Amino acid sequence: MNFHFMFAALIAPALLVGCASQPKQLYMWGSFPKIQYEALQGNLGTATDKIAAMDAHAEKARASNAALPPGFRAHLGMLNLSEGNVDRARQLWIEEKTVFPESASYIDQLLNRLDRKPTDTEKPA
Amino acid sequence: MRNLRLYLSITILSLLMLGGCATKVPQYDYAAFMKAKPKTLLVLPPLNDSPEVKATASMWSHATLPLSEAGYYVLPVTLVDETLKQNGVFNASDAQAISAAKLHEVFGADAAVYIKVTKYGTSFQVLASETRIEAEGRIVDLRTGDLLWHGNAVASSAEEGQQNQGGLAGLLIAAVVKQIIGTATDAAYKYGGIASNRLLGTPHYNGILPGPRSPFYGQPPAAQ
Repeated sequence: MNFHFMFAALIAPALLVGCASQPKQLYMWGSFPKIQYEALQGNLGTATDKIAAMDAHAEKARASNAALPPGFRAHLGMLNLSEGNVDRARQLWIEEKTVFPESASYIDQLLNRLDRKPTDTEKPA
Repeated sequence: MRNLRLYLSITILSLLMLGGCATKVPQYDYAAFMKAKPKTLLVLPPLNDSPEVKATASMWSHATLPLSEAGYYVLPVTLVDETLKQNGVFNASDAQAISAAKLHEVFGADAAVYIKVTKYGTSFQVLASETRIEAEGRIVDLRTGDLLWHGNAVASSAEEGQQNQGGLAGLLIAAVVKQIIGTATDAAYKYGGIASNRLLGTPHYNGILPGPRSPFYGQPPAAQ
C-alpha cells in the first residue's frame, strides 16, 4: 500500500471540494421570490389564490421542519389585509416580529397603522 | 526525509490549487462594514438604465433571497413598496434620493441596499441571442451615511455551454438559482436571479460579508 498516493488521493480532492461546496440554505423559499416579483409589477392577481399557495407552502415548511424566509409572513399578512382579514394580518405580522425580532421597528409601524386604520376604512357606508 | 518532502510538496500543490479559485483583484476594504455590523437591510427599488420596464421589479424581488441566505433580515420588499407609495414615492430614482437619516427614521433598518441595473434583457444577434443582466450594488449605513460595500455582477445566457466564469462554484450557483426559481417564464427573470446571487450572495470574494444569521458570521472575509 502506498501511503503517498493515498494521502494525495484523499487530501487534494477534499481541498478542491472545499472551494466549491455551497452551504445548506437557511430558508425554504418555494415560489416566494416569484410571488414578490408579480406583486411588485402591480398584479397581486387574486389574493385568495396567492394566500392559499402561501399557506400550503408554510404547511410544507412546517412538515419538513424548515424555516420560512424573512418577509414571507409579512407579505402573507398584507395579502390577508387586502382581503379584509385584519386579525389574520395582525397575527402574521406579530409572528414575523417574533421569528425575526430585528424586524420589530418596521413591523411595529405597520401594526400601529393597522390599528389606527380600521375606523377610517372599515366604517360601514 | 523523502516522505516529509513529498507531503510538503503535495500540501503546497493543494494550496496552489486552492489559490486557483481566487481572482487576482485586491481584496475589498471591509473596515467600515465590519465596524457597522448591520443586521437589517432595506433594499430600495433598483434604478433601471435598461429599456426593459420589468427590470426594477425583477431585480428588487431577486434581492431578498441572496441577502437573507447571507444572514440578514431583509425588510419585505412588497411592504416597503407600499410604504414608499403611501409616502408619495412612486419611482426608484425618487426612492434612492431619500436621505439616509429619513430612511432610517421611516424603516428602522441598519443599512440600505442601492441597486442599479445597467443591462437587462435579450438582444437578438445573427447567430444567437443573448440574455444579459448587469447590475451594480452599494450598501450604505443608514445610521451614519457611510458606504459599507459596493460591487457589480453579470449573468449571461452565453455562459452556458462554455467554460463557466466561476468554474465549478459558478455552475453550482447557477444550478442552485435555477432550482430556486423553478420553471422560469421569462429568461431575463431567470438570469436576473443569477446576477443578483452573484452580486449579493455569500461567500463571494469581495462580496458582502455574512450577516448575523449566517453560520459564517464574524469570520474574516473569505479569500476564495
